[in-house]
Amino acid sequence: MHLTQIKEILDAQVIAGKGDMNQEIDFGYGCDLMSDVLAYVQNNIVLLTGLVHPQVIRTAEMLDIKAIVIVRGKEPGSDLIEMANRRDIVIMTTKHSLFTASGLLFKNGLIGEEIAHNELTF
Amino acid sequence: MNLHFDVEGGEFISAGVASSKVKKVLKQLAIQPEIIRKISVAMYEAEINMVIHAHGGVIDAEIMPDHVHVVLKDEGPGIENIELAMKAGYSTASRLAREMGFGAGMGLANMKRYADILQIESEPGKGTTVEITVKLYPEQA
Repeated sequence: MHLTQIKEILDAQVIAGKGDMNQEIDFGYGCDLMSDVLAYVQNNIVLLTGLVHPQVIRTAEMLDIKAIVIVRGKEPGSDLIEMANRRDIVIMTTKHSLFTASGLLFKNGLIGEEIAHNELTF
Repeated sequence: MNLHFDVEGGEFISAGVASSKVKKVLKQLAIQPEIIRKISVAMYEAEINMVIHAHGGVIDAEIMPDHVHVVLKDEGPGIENIELAMKAGYSTASRLAREMGFGAGMGLANMKRYADILQIESEPGKGTTVEITVKLYPEQA
């Protein structure tokens, strides 16, 4: 799914990385816990999160995540936006909840990244 | 190539700068993205731990022809029970750490998953040294 489609489906505003909206995304992942994002994400995903701490951008950087959708209408600070712009990471905001935003994308054909390992056995 | 970093404690905004720099260098060396990701995630988790638990410390990253070796050394409170700390979900992190999306008790488990070799030495009251080794060309090993 293209980022332009994701923007339309979620009625989202692009607030960082405006130039790269034609990128293709393979899966979606919704999570407020960056530790878990680091533990489970292996693929080319769009990250849906309600967390607006700058460490969201660092986490995305480590995993080569190209796009983040901030849910629940939260507004990230200028530090987060600057960090994203410097790394060519696209940031969008949507008023939808994490559940609704995920559901809308899923309904339109974007599937979720499956958990590939059992946490207790590594 | 050797890279040295001094990491400040309590700097929750800038935590991850060292991991970010190492990642950039590895990209320039045209290392496979999957391998860079392993190093980046393991090192970033360790760097975050250093900031939230140990008031910072020093990091030395050594990039060799066939592997990367990262040593993260702090003089923080140490880990009393490493086996328990390794357990997914076990956490002693502060509210501030949780607010930045960490402190879920996944850090050491993540490091173990992504590092080819992970060594942790810790003495309560003295500090902790974490050593992460990742092979750059695992298929040849």
